[in-house]
Amino acid sequence: MSAGDQNLFTALYGSLTQQLPREPMEWRRSYGRAPKMIYLEANFVQFKEELLPKEGNKALLTFPFLHVYWTDCCDSEVYKASVKEDMQRWQAALRLHGSVDWLIAVVESDNKKKNKTNLLPRTSIVDKIRSDFCNKQSDRCVSLCDPLKESSRSQESWSSFLTKLRTLLLMSFTRNLGRFEDEMRTLREKRTEPGWSFCDYFMVQEELAFVFEMLQQFEDALVQYDELDALFTQYVLNFGAGDGANWLGSFCQPVRSWNGLLLRRPIDMEKRDLIQRGEASLLDLRSYLFSRQCTLLIFLQRPWEVTARALELLHNCVQELRLLEVSVVSGALDCWVFLSCLEVLHRIEGCCDRSQLEANTSHTVGLWTYATEKLRCLGDLCGLVSENGPNSEDLNKTVDLLAGLGAERPETVNSPQSPYKKLKEALSSVEAFEKHYLELSHAAMEMYKAIGRLPRFNITETRNFLLDSLKSYVSESWSLPLTHTRKQIAECQKQLQKMDEYLQTSALLASDTNLSDDERRHFCQEILTFASQTAEDARVALSMSSFTRLQELRFRPSSALVHVSAALQLELRLCSLMPVPVTLEQISASIHFTQEQPGSTAQKRAAQNPDGTVTFPAASPASASASALELCEILEHSPSDNVLSSAGVACRNMHLLMRQNDSATSLDTPNTALTALTLEDGAQMLRASDVTLLPGNNSIVFTSQKPGVYTLRQLCATLGQVQFILPHLYPVVQYEVYSQEPQLSIQPLTEHLLAGLPQQVKFTILTGHYSVKKGDALQLSNTDSMPVLHSSTCSARILSSSAELLAESALSIQSSEKVTSISLPVTPPYHTLEFLLEVLCHIPSCPARMESERLTNGQISRRSRTRFNSGMTLIDQKVSVDCPWSIYSTLVSLTFHVPFKVKHSLLSAGRRKFIQVCLQNLVFRQQCVFSVWELRWSSVSPVSLHCVFSAAFAPADAPDAALKPYTYDFTLERVSVSADGSDLSRVCVAAFHLSLCDIYCLR
Amino acid sequence: MAVCIAVIAKENCPLYIRSVPTQGELKFHYTVHTSLDVVEEKISGVGKALADQRELYLGLLYPTEDYKVYGYVTNSKVKFVIVVDSSNTSLRDNEIRSMFRKLHNSFTDVMCNPFYNPGDPIQSKAFDSIVSTMMVQAC
Repeated sequence: MSAGDQNLFTALYGSLTQQLPREPMEWRRSYGRAPKMIYLEANFVQFKEELLPKEGNKALLTFPFLHVYWTDCCDSEVYKASVKEDMQRWQAALRLHGSVDWLIAVVESDNKKKNKTNLLPRTSIVDKIRSDFCNKQSDRCVSLCDPLKESSRSQESWSSFLTKLRTLLLMSFTRNLGRFEDEMRTLREKRTEPGWSFCDYFMVQEELAFVFEMLQQFEDALVQYDELDALFTQYVLNFGAGDGANWLGSFCQPVRSWNGLLLRRPIDMEKRDLIQRGEASLLDLRSYLFSRQCTLLIFLQRPWEVTARALELLHNCVQELRLLEVSVVSGALDCWVFLSCLEVLHRIEGCCDRSQLEANTSHTVGLWTYATEKLRCLGDLCGLVSENGPNSEDLNKTVDLLAGLGAERPETVNSPQSPYKKLKEALSSVEAFEKHYLELSHAAMEMYKAIGRLPRFNITETRNFLLDSLKSYVSESWSLPLTHTRKQIAECQKQLQKMDEYLQTSALLASDTNLSDDERRHFCQEILTFASQTAEDARVALSMSSFTRLQELRFRPSSALVHVSAALQLELRLCSLMPVPVTLEQISASIHFTQEQPGSTAQKRAAQNPDGTVTFPAASPASASASALELCEILEHSPSDNVLSSAGVACRNMHLLMRQNDSATSLDTPNTALTALTLEDGAQMLRASDVTLLPGNNSIVFTSQKPGVYTLRQLCATLGQVQFILPHLYPVVQYEVYSQEPQLSIQPLTEHLLAGLPQQVKFTILTGHYSVKKGDALQLSNTDSMPVLHSSTCSARILSSSAELLAESALSIQSSEKVTSISLPVTPPYHTLEFLLEVLCHIPSCPARMESERLTNGQISRRSRTRFNSGMTLIDQKVSVDCPWSIYSTLVSLTFHVPFKVKHSLLSAGRRKFIQVCLQNLVFRQQCVFSVWELRWSSVSPVSLHCVFSAAFAPADAPDAALKPYTYDFTLERVSVSADGSDLSRVCVAAFHLSLCDIYCLR
Repeated sequence: MAVCIAVIAKENCPLYIRSVPTQGELKFHYTVHTSLDVVEEKISGVGKALADQRELYLGLLYPTEDYKVYGYVTNSKVKFVIVVDSSNTSLRDNEIRSMFRKLHNSFTDVMCNPFYNPGDPIQSKAFDSIVSTMMVQAC
């Protein structure tokens, strides 16, 4: 406050207010708070005694911190006459009000000095004043030299004056502020006393905030509001805990106005007045407090804190009103929150540029979402989202809500996009609501997209968006949200008339155990209803996985290998996921004919268990994502020497694992896999008609007969217009139906067939597809060298394909000169017929080497051939058999071993000659029997002597058997050798018919 | 006390989720699922250098009008989420922390069970009873 010469002060006022804040002052503060550099700014007012603060006045903003007395008196007479007196009065007034902060400024001017003649020395006035008023406080009187002049002297005095002014101002300010703070704390400590009023206290602490704000100490100002906020919050919480304060009562009054936050004014005086009068409602107080915090935060350039705090505030207010049990018109809070959200967003948009906003979407998106949610609530409340539009009750509610909004505030009247206008418009009609709601949802979604949170956002109803979120739920196996989202999708699809997709979703929902039975039945019925429609062209292919689950497949017989005409049964075990029994017109399994040699599929049927079952893994997404690696070892041998060249481990199901990771479209999301659900055309089918699938496990039997190797490819269940298709069967399942030509084989019963002895051979007939009829007979061409010895006890055994003995029947064998005819018993196809036949292979009489060659070349027999092998003589005997199933003869080769080996030699002793024949039994112990005869001749020795060695033999176990004796022919030749012209001739002649009767035993 | 407690695997699929029966289960599933994004933001926000001594407790993930959602992530990126009623003002941060610690201990026990296959839903009775002690008792 300036006292004294007002004209003088007015002249200086301009430069004073301008220059005072130019330089900062260090502000040292109490309670250990860090010193700060501040710029002082002061408001100068003319001194009036009534303006001095009275005792108990808490106003700090208008507090006179420093009193300055201005005078330019340089005349001691004048001083004595009037100025001194005036000063004394001023001082007395100050003292009365306890103000100790004052300053006397004496302005000196050269002009004045010149005009006056009887001048005291210039210092004398200042000295006089000092001695009169400032005992011991000489610094309270300052002289100013020509402040309006540009001289260096006046500059200097001006700046030292300003410094003094600042120092004193700050000193006073600090002292008064300290006192104020102390008083405020004292007041706060009294808060437990009965009469304490939060509103009063609020005003006091806010005063402090104002002062800080004025000093540009926004941080400190904000702290004041935050303290108030915390204090209030604590009271509300205590109230909730049963510790209510009286003053809270005024905040519990019913909410009558819900016009949202107002952040466009620096200070909302309207609300402040309400608080001051103690009439503010909770929302008023919160709104005002937040608007102040918002203003300060924006000064502090922390707009993102505003959004975060706003969200917290809005949540908090809703909770507090609930806690205090304040009665609120339903929907009123929704309005308040909605308006407030938009107001905050508008405020933030107003102080940030676009790029900043875009970079900080994550801070604003919460508010956008909250606003969207609230609008949705309002829409529900006011009947704006129902199909029929609002009814009269809804309209009444709307009117009530709009009334609570009051009139639009003057700040936003002219802006067409104000939250107020938006809300009013949105509530005005169904169309307007939809427009605004979609707009908001879209904005919120876009933001979530921008910050990469889209998949989890769950408000909007856009189908594509739902599909996106569906994918994330599927991949992360959140079953409940999955079901819920699917239901929403089904709704969308139904409205969009996307029947295939709708039916597929319905199938999934019908099988979803998260839903109630009623819901599941509803979706199942949707499918059944569609299926029973008659439109011909509207076939719909759906994935079977949602309808039934293929659990197991069982082959009967278990080898999955049958011959034609045998019954191969395929039993499918299907688990129906539908809630009700479903009657299918047909279930078909398409099969694929494989061009493979029978038997080569054995390895491929690895997945088939020995008992003929194939178990299909449950294809749930969770287990699929966690499915284990299927590893197998790989060994490579080099083709030349069969040495191991490399060994390794390979993952067999890598394609499955990789696919799951690579793309979000897994096989289990049927909507995306629909295109793959095409039935393979022209494929062969196994069919079962009119099958009723009960909920749970079912078994269906197919039979198959056509020959070939088959792979099961697809499964298709037909239900009217709807086909459920399982596009791939994994693991691969194959079965084989084969067709076989009849075969005849003749095999020896023992290891070797021996010539010369009756031997049993086994005839085996695999009937194959041929069925042996009555009267069918085998015709064996007889040969002299190997007659068939038939006995009456000969019988045949009939075996099934699985080697079970079915029957035994006698064989009738007729022999004529040319053929032996064996009539066969009646045998069904794919059976085995076995019987034994005794044959005898005559040992050829000339087993010597040369003879055998002649035999081969000659015409004696084409059917037997003698070979020599490792010291044994072998006879290949070919049998020609005419079979009833073929017009061609079957040639069967039998190999007989000759059991003996004979050697002869001519021995000489002087002139005597001996013939030695060595007969070796090759079968039993290599026994040898030697026979020696002496040769003598009576007349002239013949040129050549033909000899026959014959030995009778019998098997050891049947010594009486009359067998054809073994004969050995050989010829002795006379050879003349002359040596050195001598006529000595040595003649070796054998002319002796040997008739040997030795009997050798043979085994 | 919590109204919903969830354990979520590294791949974000739920291992365990339990909520008070009086309120919609679906809503809690959504709430927990939504919170996973915030968890991920918080995890990725932490610098790699700090990863070693990282605080497992993530604090308040996000508040809604009715609930407060708190998060916790183990070193193996298994997430714990506790949802608390907003009106339950007596719960302090410290109590939430201790709830998470208890949960973590019990979870570790589950993982130590040789018959538990990591990635499977948790069906341990011991774990269940620990969770029960932290849940709001249904009246």
